[in-house]
Amino acid sequence: MLRIPCPYCGPRDETEFHYGGQAHIPYPADPDALDDAAWAEYLFVRDNPKGPWAERWSHSGGCRRWFNVIRDTATHKVISSYEAGEPRP
Amino acid sequence: MTRLASGGSRIDRGATVRFTFDGREMGGLRGDTLASALLADGVRGAWRSIYHGRPRGIVGIGPEDPCALVQVTHDGISEPMLRATEVELVEGLAVASLAGRGRLVPDSAPPHRDKRHVHCDVLVIGGGAAGCAAASAAAAGGARVILAERTPVLAAEVAPAEELQVLTRTAAVGAYDDGYVVLAQRDRLWHVRARRVILASGAVERTVAFAGNDRPGVMLASAAAAYVERYAVAPGSTAVLFAADDSGHAAAEVLERAGVGIAAVADARDGAVVCGTEGGDALSAARIRSGGDVWSVPCDLLLVAGGWNPSLELWTQAQGTLRWDEARAAFLPDEAPDRWTVVGAANGTRDPATGVAEGAAAGAAAAEASGFPAGPNGHVPPATAGTGRPPLALFAVEPEEGEGWDGHYLDLQRDATVADLHQAVGAGLRSPEHVKRFTTIGTANDQGRTSGVLTLGVLAGLLGAEMGSVHPTTHRPPAVPVPFSLLAGRDRGVLSDPVRTTAIHSWHEAHGAIFEDVGQWKRPWYYPRGDEDMDAAVLRECRAAREGVAMMDASTLGKIDVQGPDAAEFLNRLYTGDFAKLGTDRCKYGILCTADGMLFDDGVHMRVADDRYLVTTTTGNAAAVLDWFEEWLQTEWPELRVHCTSVTEQWATVAVVGPRSRDVLAALAPELDVSAERFRFMDIRDADVAGMRARVARISFSGELAYEINVPAWEGLAMWEAVWAAGEPHGITPYGTETMHVLRAEKGYVIVGQETDGTVTPQDAGLAWMIAKGKHDFVGKRSHRRIDAMREDRKQLVALLPEERLPEGAQLVLEEGGPMVGHVTSSYDSAALGRPFCLALLAGGRGRNGETVLVPLIDRVVRAEVADPVLYDPEGARRDGA
Repeated sequence: MLRIPCPYCGPRDETEFHYGGQAHIPYPADPDALDDAAWAEYLFVRDNPKGPWAERWSHSGGCRRWFNVIRDTATHKVISSYEAGEPRP
Repeated sequence: MTRLASGGSRIDRGATVRFTFDGREMGGLRGDTLASALLADGVRGAWRSIYHGRPRGIVGIGPEDPCALVQVTHDGISEPMLRATEVELVEGLAVASLAGRGRLVPDSAPPHRDKRHVHCDVLVIGGGAAGCAAASAAAAGGARVILAERTPVLAAEVAPAEELQVLTRTAAVGAYDDGYVVLAQRDRLWHVRARRVILASGAVERTVAFAGNDRPGVMLASAAAAYVERYAVAPGSTAVLFAADDSGHAAAEVLERAGVGIAAVADARDGAVVCGTEGGDALSAARIRSGGDVWSVPCDLLLVAGGWNPSLELWTQAQGTLRWDEARAAFLPDEAPDRWTVVGAANGTRDPATGVAEGAAAGAAAAEASGFPAGPNGHVPPATAGTGRPPLALFAVEPEEGEGWDGHYLDLQRDATVADLHQAVGAGLRSPEHVKRFTTIGTANDQGRTSGVLTLGVLAGLLGAEMGSVHPTTHRPPAVPVPFSLLAGRDRGVLSDPVRTTAIHSWHEAHGAIFEDVGQWKRPWYYPRGDEDMDAAVLRECRAAREGVAMMDASTLGKIDVQGPDAAEFLNRLYTGDFAKLGTDRCKYGILCTADGMLFDDGVHMRVADDRYLVTTTTGNAAAVLDWFEEWLQTEWPELRVHCTSVTEQWATVAVVGPRSRDVLAALAPELDVSAERFRFMDIRDADVAGMRARVARISFSGELAYEINVPAWEGLAMWEAVWAAGEPHGITPYGTETMHVLRAEKGYVIVGQETDGTVTPQDAGLAWMIAKGKHDFVGKRSHRRIDAMREDRKQLVALLPEERLPEGAQLVLEEGGPMVGHVTSSYDSAALGRPFCLALLAGGRGRNGETVLVPLIDRVVRAEVADPVLYDPEGARRDGA
């Protein structure tokens, strides 16, 4: 079980959190301007790297705030966390 | 009997313990395990193997034993699939031998089991000499240390320390990320988060594959010696030793000192092997081969010393890696998991003194790494190469002339032999993971402790591969079997999930309601009168709602208070409708889509002020919708000034439904103008109702004139009783969720989660009219323009008029044997229509009005006519009252 550093509450057990998939996939500014392929890219296509990647977590059993985590998908090591809206470090 | 006259470090000769085994009365000593007591009583081949039905006996002394499975009943609690080697003998134990498969006893008393969640600085797994040294050193400087030992006894002294907790009878069963380890004590499950973990789990001796190596009397040499030393039990009177490792000779010496005759020694390093066994239910001779000769040596005990496997299940669970060490003929730890250290025999260290020094050094280092002063730690002497001869990596012994490999057992619990491995390789399997699944080797409850490395060795030989290139299969928790009752702890029965009830629940109970679970809520399903069954009750309740007046507890609907200057903009971005245009004190039906355009939730929302809405959700989705709101607010639109608060439990809601509902409300709220002109459909009024301050909304989920009276939860019961009393002259009838479902289905209203399943768009569900035309965007809007969303043959909501009532979920076809084109989502008998009807999703359904579809059931095919989903009052004439 991961130990996740909530930027607001500190390190907590994974069971307090809810997973939110890949981070930094913003809702398109004008969905209507996108063709079907570009819209499908937003909806369905996500990276699947081996190594560090940015993902979203919500501290649903705590402060209920969303934030981002850099985690190594091969080792599960949590490298850092930062507030939603901040750029990837 | 074979209890020795002296010795036995764990037994108390003064205390006899009575138990039964397969119905026979027996006696052991306090401190015995079931296995040691059985061996002391001369029990040998008491077990039968699961597939081959072969006699089996005790092989090992711990969780590695693959054969001696028992069902144990004590104090009314019956537990299947325990290992005789690990069951501590207590008075009155009733034991039954198992042939590889246990049986849950449904009327067994539930054991009282519980959980603890703890943090520590250093967790030491294993109370052998190295583990005890590690715990002493780690705790000396004040660090919080937990020492977990699987058996009842530590192997060495541990220096007492204030923050040291010693847990015996406690097996580490799961290792997870970031120092998280789960320990199984007998009646308590420990969730431990440790800064540092020291693994001192020891090593397990392995056997060798030779013909008849499963016969009762064939034992691991170290186990036989340990039965002598710990329990003063000699597992035989005449032994043969088959060794590929020096440890076998040491074990034989222990037995010899206890008076067991050593009839022969076959050391594979000298070219002598045991190639077969003789006997029936028990061993009578070992067949030894040396040079070109084969001969039989009478014996009742065959000691096998095939080398040592470090116990690294938890190491690999925690993502540590392994490497094959040719000199030590073992898989040893390689790269350590973050926070983990391994010491002693688990580290491949065979010399006990070196293991102790390793443990002490690791304990001190772990304490320091956690910020505590290192206690007096041991100096690690240079690793001794060992005074004896190196072990031989021996896995299988060639069969005798003319014999096959089908008596060479690899996994005794799965009855899998070298012949099965030949078959797997012959079928083209190469990877140990594939071989494991093909042969089932290592999948029994001993987790392949004796068979895993042995199988790899034989496999490498068959493939002509280096041992180091064949990787052990992945270990997964639990490392030793854990009863479900321990994992469940107190989370069983009424404590397994919270039960939510409304403020009016006691009234429903008192009036005979039958309840339905909706999420965690208990909702009245129907209220039978006399000996009515559900169908009769629902028909009566429906008639009351359509013809007179009826009432329902609607308190479980999710309610979210959405406040802030940007509340209207926020709801407009999420819901398909236009909530900015909604006037204050008005309501509007809203539907929510996920970004892929699929229906997610719906509800009627009230605008109670310019900057404040009361949003309702379906009962089951209340938490999910609030999460959805928060996610968009926090991650996409942090600039919106909006706050969302769950108020589901703060409001109680009484729905008053039917043509007479206006009369009931008028009686309760004489100052409220309830006329159709002044209190319109979808209007909200704050009013004094039965002396309580209430918010009344004219909302209908039935097509009838209806009102929903909302009061603070603490007044819910009083309001319900007031409505009940005021409705009495009109014969007001309480109704439950089933009637609600029928009434709404007659009107073609969908229930999210019943008509929808995450693949249904609003257009599919006939809700295109709910999508605001003027809005630039809402979540999901773009998806409705995808080619797939616009296919005309998508499954669309229709009503069906079948010849008979259909089961929900029934499949629809156009012709017998044809492909499935849809399914029934809701099915009821209708009092108003006087017939059964369904809602269904049907491919291209809206274009099939009037057509007939077929519904194949198990023994017949039912015909059904396709109709518009609104079967009752399609003009909406009843909304203002009849």
